[in-house]
Amino acid sequence: MAGKNLFNKVWDEHSVRELPNGQTQLFIGLHLIHEVTSPQAFEMLREMGLSVRFPSRTFATVDHIIPTDDQKRPFADPIAEEMMIHLENNCREAGIALFDTSSGRQGIVHVIGPELGLTQPGMTLACGDSHTSSHGAYGSIAFGIGTSQVRDVLATQTLAMGRLKVRKVEVTGKLGRGVYAKDVTLDIIRRTGAKGGVGFAYEYAGSVVENFSMEERLTLCNMSIEGGARVGYVNPDEITYNDLKGKAYAPSGAAFDRALSWWDNVKSDSDAEYDDIVEIPGLEIEPTVTWGINPGQAVGINRPIPRTSDLPDSERAGHEEAVAFMEVRTGEPISGTKIDVAFIGSCTNSRISDLREAARIAQTGHVAPHVRALVVPGSQAVQKQAELEGLPEIFQSAGFEWREPGCSMCLAMNTDKLKGREICASSSNRNFKGRQGSPTGRTLLMSPAMVAAAAIRGNVVDVREVI
Amino acid sequence: MSERKIRTASGRACVLRGNDIDTDRIIPARYLMCVTFEGLGEFAFEDDRKEAKGNHALDDERFNGAEILVVESNFGCGSSREHAPQALMRHGFTAFIGVSFGEIFSGNCTANGLICVRLSPEDVTKLMESVELDPTQEITVDVESKTVSYKAGTMKAEIPEGVRNQLLEGTWHATGVLMDASAQIETTARQLPYVNTFAEVSD
Repeated sequence: MAGKNLFNKVWDEHSVRELPNGQTQLFIGLHLIHEVTSPQAFEMLREMGLSVRFPSRTFATVDHIIPTDDQKRPFADPIAEEMMIHLENNCREAGIALFDTSSGRQGIVHVIGPELGLTQPGMTLACGDSHTSSHGAYGSIAFGIGTSQVRDVLATQTLAMGRLKVRKVEVTGKLGRGVYAKDVTLDIIRRTGAKGGVGFAYEYAGSVVENFSMEERLTLCNMSIEGGARVGYVNPDEITYNDLKGKAYAPSGAAFDRALSWWDNVKSDSDAEYDDIVEIPGLEIEPTVTWGINPGQAVGINRPIPRTSDLPDSERAGHEEAVAFMEVRTGEPISGTKIDVAFIGSCTNSRISDLREAARIAQTGHVAPHVRALVVPGSQAVQKQAELEGLPEIFQSAGFEWREPGCSMCLAMNTDKLKGREICASSSNRNFKGRQGSPTGRTLLMSPAMVAAAAIRGNVVDVREVI
Repeated sequence: MSERKIRTASGRACVLRGNDIDTDRIIPARYLMCVTFEGLGEFAFEDDRKEAKGNHALDDERFNGAEILVVESNFGCGSSREHAPQALMRHGFTAFIGVSFGEIFSGNCTANGLICVRLSPEDVTKLMESVELDPTQEITVDVESKTVSYKAGTMKAEIPEGVRNQLLEGTWHATGVLMDASAQIETTARQLPYVNTFAEVSD
């Protein structure tokens, strides 16, 4: 009999029962909430006269709406303040731990979960945010849910779900110089398209992934949803276990050893079966930048943006719309495109290793005069570590703004927004129309190193020319 | 705690062309600055409608009063915001017919008793062309028989079996069904070593 992959092992361990409708009732080991997608769920519970079933299995933080310039209460935006108060009241009433700015542990939900050791191998994890797939970096099955499902998890710690198929995505060999985890995920999405992963969980594997640090794995798993896959994970290994050691919510002492043997058992068996396998040679991956209005519309830095006529009929209308909106020239490379804003941050790329790499490049020059550049650490812990290493000084003397932690300009539910038709070189995860706060604003997704390089040159540049 | 059983949706349709229409476009993030879903209906596709200067499908008078939205592939991809189906529902849509849907979006639809069914790309094209020629025709999405009917005939539709049963049984509001398994939830929780912080097990 063929072995089992991690997805199916974890799924089966967490299956409460098969529902009469054929779905699985799945136990959710860890539930993370934030201020945007939870207030309606708490209200629904109240209307139903229900309480939170396992309050100790839910943790909250504030990230989407929090200003990154001045976080003093009350927040300048009264609606943001109201949302914060709702979160505080809901957590207090239910007995849910809230990591607010006074805790020293606040940050983007997908940064703090791993940072605190809340995210562990073999867990199921849900959060009302599509980038929850990030946590799969630790070998958990983690996925985004809507607000009605947040209600279901609060009420029962379970969800009604259909099992996903599993695709193994093997990135083999090694990566070239100046090619980062962000480029790997952008390249995968470029190859499979924005919907190629619908119905699948992705198991990322191969020597490139095995050699990735935990932070690189988080970046990789983070963007699974941009390729359509609700779940992405990496099998846990020594890198995972070493990372977890000593973290606030990770087991310690003898419990750690017991955990380790359980974690090691959830790994995919060597003869595990998959519904699909995709192999990508690492050396084929280039520094990659999006040119269009979905993350699949990406291209290697020096390669021409595809011409509409090169595409199948079904993709032409979308391609034309993207070309018109972005005002890019097909047949020509994206490098050289002038930028107005540079944003380093978001749940994809706001961790300490991202900031170190960006700072290394920031040191080589000064932000171009026409560019507004900001660096937003993913959490208070990242912020503190960066301060210890003197990164804010490096950024500031190079002309970057150094901000307080939050989601910031990734989705602009705060004061960090593009204006008008501005073009932003961004280390975030979505280049959708209007995503960064201006309905007509334009986003070019790339690695944080590439963003730093673009900020200094004033236009999109191959990071390999800089490092 | 069971809800209304949903077997069919019938009414006029609106044709919205385009692949990969994400939930940021369905409802821009600034409308997520709220603690309730009320009032979202009027902001559905706000920025796309402005950009189209009156030429957006939702502003097309021919489609006034449509209850069914016909879309192309990967509709509702991106952000998990339930504000997206909420805005469309509050705008008046009860069912979506498309080539494919973003997975979180379609799950959110089910949780609100909205139907998402898939047709082949060829059938979506046929349906779109027919509705554009005669927007007054009645379209019926039948969950039970897994079909979509329009003036030129009936087409085979796809819907995941579990979701179909949720709609037909009236269990799409899942909380009640999930709560029925209270004892089993406890059992599963007890069997997961991390729930018990990997404490030593004594048999």
